[in-house]
Amino acid sequence: MAWDRNQMAARAAQELQDGWYVNLGIGIPTLVSNYIPDGIEVTLQSENGMLGMGPFPIEGTEDADLINAGKQTITELPQTAYFDSAQSFAMIRGGKIAMAILGAMEVAENGDLANWMIPGKLVKGMGGAMDLVAGVGRVVVVMDHTSKHGDSKVLKSCTLPLTGKAVVDRIITNLGVLDVVEGGLKIVECAEGVSEAELRAATEATIVG
Amino acid sequence: MKKIYKDASAALDGVLFDGMMIAAGGFGLCGIPELLIAAIRDAGTKGLTVASNNAGVDGFGLGVLLETRQVKKMISSYVGENAEFMRQYLSGELELEFNPQGTLAERMRAGGAGIPGFYTKTGVGTVIAEGKDVKVFDGQEYIMERGIVADLSIVKAWKADPSGNLVFRKTARNFNPPAATCGKICVAEVEEIVPLGSLDPDTIHLPGIYVHRLIQGEHEKRIEQRTVRKAS
Repeated sequence: MAWDRNQMAARAAQELQDGWYVNLGIGIPTLVSNYIPDGIEVTLQSENGMLGMGPFPIEGTEDADLINAGKQTITELPQTAYFDSAQSFAMIRGGKIAMAILGAMEVAENGDLANWMIPGKLVKGMGGAMDLVAGVGRVVVVMDHTSKHGDSKVLKSCTLPLTGKAVVDRIITNLGVLDVVEGGLKIVECAEGVSEAELRAATEATIVG
Repeated sequence: MKKIYKDASAALDGVLFDGMMIAAGGFGLCGIPELLIAAIRDAGTKGLTVASNNAGVDGFGLGVLLETRQVKKMISSYVGENAEFMRQYLSGELELEFNPQGTLAERMRAGGAGIPGFYTKTGVGTVIAEGKDVKVFDGQEYIMERGIVADLSIVKAWKADPSGNLVFRKTARNFNPPAATCGKICVAEVEEIVPLGSLDPDTIHLPGIYVHRLIQGEHEKRIEQRTVRKAS
């Protein structure tokens, strides 16, 4: 047993704190908005130029001028503000965004993150990921712990080109939660039905404590 | 001073030349200067370097300039939606310079503001930092990025007045203001040119000083990822 995509998103939602401005990446991180705990008010940033991102529109009300960073049609909220791309990344680079929750291909024990390119394969680009991991207050990665072939994606050092160096604070996988600390990773919790031994066995990175 | 032209081709008359650099507004297909792109295709200007966050899709947006092989180089952060782009890039016909999205936006903003370079943490320790000046401020490493000054900016806004003051709509603003400022000449296309005095001066997003030529036209405004929910 391990967490599925929705359970990982629900666990990641527990990281949110009241009043935070947060950027959610594409994929599982997008699902986090479905699990924001009661009593916690967060404002979602979309790096193409919006704070206060609302849900997908009801069919027939889509607006070509209103999309998120994944280019999906979305809606606005009463607190929404729009701005240009330079200002959007000024607030990211300036550390005003409390947290980013992003997907990853690989993460290393020193917090290195690789999530934008596989050499020899189709490279689409880094989009805003390099700016986000370099600029926001806290970086939480949500990812599968191992590849389809069973190889660990939580490594001593990344093999893929980096998105950011020593930028990750917390890793949430299908097997559990780990923090990047001095000397390696520290287990915060195991997913339901996953033993610490299983989590350690699936992790190539050094686990401390 | 007359900024309004009858159509996109007229507005681009005399400003296009082979090998030029163009900064284009838009994010995905949202807020792209679709009429000016079509006019550049019709003009046949070649060897273009285009700074734009994305490269359009096959058959729309900047994709049309790729099909006609008018683009030599793209400076972009994400190009994944365009099969013809990938074919030309993988076969070596097209140069590509990846810029992190915020770095690209700031390069345009800086170029337009007379700032030739700036330092950022974005890309430190990655391939983006290769060959770039590194400087330590307060114990943290930063890399130097250059401002972009383009020969021409092409942008799309919602409304303009005859003096070139622009108002954008929702997330269609995106790269348009920074792109507009970084061009030696900026041509803007809008959905509606309204009479002088009808825009509230307090709500103007981009002052007309940045906008040299202006056209009004019909926009297709294609949606890239139509995503909806059921009415509950």
